[in-house]
Amino acid sequence: MKVAPELRELYQEMIVDHGRRPRNFRKIEGASCQAEGFNPLCGDQVKVYLRCTDGRVGDASFEGRGCAISIASASMMTEAVKGKSREEVERMFDAFHRLLTEEHVVPAAELGKLKVFAGVREFPSRVKCAVLAWHTLKAALTGTQETVSTE
Amino acid sequence: MNGLLSSSTQQKHSRLDVQRIREDFPILRRLVYGKPLVYLDNAATTQKPRSVIEAMSSYYEHTNANIHRGLHFLSERATEQYEAVRSKITKFLNAGDRCEIVFTRGTTESINLVASSLGRLLLKAGDEVVLTTMEHHSNIVPWQLICSATGAKIRVAPVNDDGELCLDAFERLLNPKTKIVALTHVSNALGTVNPVQQVVRMAKAVHATVVVDGAQAVSHLAVDVQQLGCDFYAFSGHKLFGPTGVGVLWGRAELLDAMPPYQGGGEMIRTVRFESSTWAKIPHKFEAGTPPIAEVIGLGAAVDYVLHVGYAAIAEHESALRDGATRTLSSIPGVRIIGNAHDKAAVISFVLEGVHPHDIGTILDREGIAIRAGHHCAQPLMERFGIAATARASFAFYNTRAEVDALAAGVQKVIEVFS
Repeated sequence: MKVAPELRELYQEMIVDHGRRPRNFRKIEGASCQAEGFNPLCGDQVKVYLRCTDGRVGDASFEGRGCAISIASASMMTEAVKGKSREEVERMFDAFHRLLTEEHVVPAAELGKLKVFAGVREFPSRVKCAVLAWHTLKAALTGTQETVSTE
Repeated sequence: MNGLLSSSTQQKHSRLDVQRIREDFPILRRLVYGKPLVYLDNAATTQKPRSVIEAMSSYYEHTNANIHRGLHFLSERATEQYEAVRSKITKFLNAGDRCEIVFTRGTTESINLVASSLGRLLLKAGDEVVLTTMEHHSNIVPWQLICSATGAKIRVAPVNDDGELCLDAFERLLNPKTKIVALTHVSNALGTVNPVQQVVRMAKAVHATVVVDGAQAVSHLAVDVQQLGCDFYAFSGHKLFGPTGVGVLWGRAELLDAMPPYQGGGEMIRTVRFESSTWAKIPHKFEAGTPPIAEVIGLGAAVDYVLHVGYAAIAEHESALRDGATRTLSSIPGVRIIGNAHDKAAVISFVLEGVHPHDIGTILDREGIAIRAGHHCAQPLMERFGIAATARASFAFYNTRAEVDALAAGVQKVIEVFS
């Protein structure tokens, strides 16, 4: 049976791998900031924990449940933001968001491995899955108390 | 439409000529991503036969006018057509009187109407409303709203591992403080058909009023409200092959009479003075404002269509689809069906080991297969089964055995993507 190319593009090996064996899937005890995200449409939940020192992300982790796209995105995000300053994280999220939503975007170099999420663009209903962890990370950095909602 | 029932052996398990029925549904001919549409999301909404679409456009082309108030030709014709559907629904539900049929925007509004209005009539602090774990959010939240306004409490009857209502536990919840029991006839998430008659018998022993959410039932089985013995029955047009934006609330006349209005406005009054107003008789007391006239007329055409196909034939065909889908999906390694009620409509909720239902939904979609993936607006039920979501294939009488096979092949493809 042939799997459609756009599906292969969406469910790349790296995404399937991170979805199945998420990295940094743990709680950081004594995290300097944390936040919770929720997608009321599908019930997916994510908690993001950060330890920041000298304005940089020293450690990042997450817990939660969701589809392959949302778990892989959270997993790869926690890897990507380590060592980054707050401004760098925000620039990265911005570039990530454009990669997922805008046509003909040349992926920004700072995205690195996160470029594998370009395939999500073909699936507008799944963009929320990919950005949930990022919105939650942003809330953690800005100290928002309320649960982040995709709706 | 004669000849829907076929003696041909093409559909071995069914007396329905499904291919002929499918021709009545224009949308079933379309392609999705270049593949034939396999529509298995009927619990979310059903597709519409041409007769429904034509009844609505014919109304707009030839009859459109506001009802009950115009003295002119068109208004009288529109009123006749609108009220004729009320009579049709009266028969359809075997209700006692046409004044017991209230048109609403849908099941959600029907339940909100009962919860708000009946709640204000019956509930006081300390009273209890009994629901079940398998309720759709729209049969939970309206009761929460009225309970928080009146000080009444919600009690919840559990379901067993097969997704059936635990009748013993339900009965133990009942007591003289139980004023209302509200439950679904058929579970949208699992397909479980609840034993409404038994529930009513138990509820009546404590003189509780019984409200039935029939949203998922009407497309699968014939409903006789007098036989069920309940006090209210709600359903939506769009889940019965009719249009969106219209629903029905059936209620016992003596209760509807005693209940305060739900919404105020034109049409529902007898006299209006700034000091106070008086209400129209039922059902008009509950139909404030201009109703969805074209949609009511479309619903009438949908009822005609379903009755012509016939519930006996529908049940036979859908049982075969349900059993076939259950067998086929269960035989796929990693697939687990959630909800194995003894009495079950053609709704199959399932999970696949290691794959989130949303990913199943996306991959099936590219095969042209429409299913629902998520919590199905039944989060307490998902929690009961310790899952966040399921994939749900819900069938209608126009679905075929070939579509069951397409679904199974699609699930195999999901496994391939994640292998």
